[in-house]
Amino acid sequence: MPKKNLKRLDLIFKNELDGEQILEKTIKRSKQDIINDLIISGLKGRGGAGYPTGLKWKLAGESEGDMKYVICNADEGEPGTFKDREILTQVPMKVLIGMAVCAKVIGAHQGFIYLRGEYKFLLDNLNEVIDDFHVLLNKIGFDFRVKVFLGSGAYICGEESALFESMEGHRGEPRNKPPYPTQSGYRKMPTVINNVETLAHTYSIFKYGPDKFKDLGVQDSRGSKVFSVSGDTPTPGIYELEFGMSLQKFVEDFGDGDAKAVQVGGASGFCVPRKKFGRTVIGYQGKLTGESLPTGGSMMIFNSSRSMYNVLHNYLEFFVEESCGQCTPCRVGTQQLLLGIEAVKRGERPSEYLDKLLKLAENMRVTAKCGLGQSVANSFSSIVENFKEEMIY
Amino acid sequence: MSEITNLVKSLAEKHGRYQESLLPILQGVIEQQKFLSEEAMVEIARELDISAARVFGTASFYSFLNTRPLGQYVIRVCRTITCMMHGKNQIIQELEKCLKIKLGETTLDGKFTLLETNCLGQCHKGPAMLVNDEPYTQLTPEKVRDIIQSLKMNEASKLSNPDLN
Repeated sequence: MPKKNLKRLDLIFKNELDGEQILEKTIKRSKQDIINDLIISGLKGRGGAGYPTGLKWKLAGESEGDMKYVICNADEGEPGTFKDREILTQVPMKVLIGMAVCAKVIGAHQGFIYLRGEYKFLLDNLNEVIDDFHVLLNKIGFDFRVKVFLGSGAYICGEESALFESMEGHRGEPRNKPPYPTQSGYRKMPTVINNVETLAHTYSIFKYGPDKFKDLGVQDSRGSKVFSVSGDTPTPGIYELEFGMSLQKFVEDFGDGDAKAVQVGGASGFCVPRKKFGRTVIGYQGKLTGESLPTGGSMMIFNSSRSMYNVLHNYLEFFVEESCGQCTPCRVGTQQLLLGIEAVKRGERPSEYLDKLLKLAENMRVTAKCGLGQSVANSFSSIVENFKEEMIY
Repeated sequence: MSEITNLVKSLAEKHGRYQESLLPILQGVIEQQKFLSEEAMVEIARELDISAARVFGTASFYSFLNTRPLGQYVIRVCRTITCMMHGKNQIIQELEKCLKIKLGETTLDGKFTLLETNCLGQCHKGPAMLVNDEPYTQLTPEKVRDIIQSLKMNEASKLSNPDLN
């Protein structure tokens, strides 16, 4: 029986049977009221980047465009993350209602769910729910349609501008920013693109009001968050917890008693060693779970039987394969980091070579075009700096 | 008209002849043929009135859009961290033994292809693999043997009952 330091919440996965009333009630409200509620609630993007949702909707609403789009980002590819799959399986209607309200606010009539190819097995169920959803929209007389767009196995397509490129039939190569999607997104039109979990949270805010959501969590990181827990844990799975928890408490609840490190935020996130568990708080201002590419909430626990060299090696192989190859810092950088740690391990390079590699990773952070290349340094630096001896011996 | 021409035409009609339909059309061809032949890509380019190079450029970007022939059952074993920690190497060894092929190869009868892939989003139930679109989780070597056995049986029963095809 796992210990329970942390309060388990049940907002996201609670089955609500009043979708119709909530949708009807909410889209009758003024756009301004809806945006205000979202801003007051403090909801930030749950994909990892943490952009305030209310502000995103507001900006897209103010942008001029012949067409506008609402896109749900279900290209959940970050290693260690599987919450969006569960949300789309258990409570897809909440996500769709979030999309419909967003459509009302910004003036869109077409929405898409970009579902990663690896989740194609969800497609039939999802399409059935979408059919029911369209019946509901017809009933209340709201002109909005949602279509599923299937990905084809490219991690980078979770990056919003690469996702648009992919939907337009191109290679999934990120665009320069600005312009941001709220000005120029899918087909160069104003687009709101939100993570699955973010949209599901908007439902709770519409139903219970912004204050209840705001009561959860801590300053700057409001509400609950769905965490995907995996690795060396007796209880892997999906847990909805409050923001602001300390990593120490998290490990006491979910670890196997021998945790030596936790990777927060997936391969593009940060590695926290045991000695820093007590000082680390999970939330946006801690710059953890956030500030990375798609998906927040990936928590991978490693116990003392694991070699952090192998962990880093696996991450780097992942990045080498998933780098889109468009910009040099990322394409060459990821390969050189991998070759570099292999050379140090084999003794072909002195241990000081790691410092050079750290510099390279930091260079990638400032020179790479998109979040993928920029965030390689997160895991690279935090693993190499905290587990240097494991890299060498 | 060849089979490919017909397939591409019907997919173009279903999804519309726009650049935005390229990925859905490519996926449709993969579903039927398991890979994108040169002929298919040229045909898609013709239908959408874009260059064949553009079709190939897009196709070659995505790991699920193969441009070389694959078996009827494409097995993709997750190689990312938690599946690795929970023994994906033993799973691959078992598959190699059952299918008598190495990673990356296709069986001589064209039934099975064995590949590795990046995170499948089943990290809490690793090791995991996809067989075509279907996920299999919490794999053990014994479980893998059973899965392959039943897929082979499936094939055998299809052969003896061609109506089921």
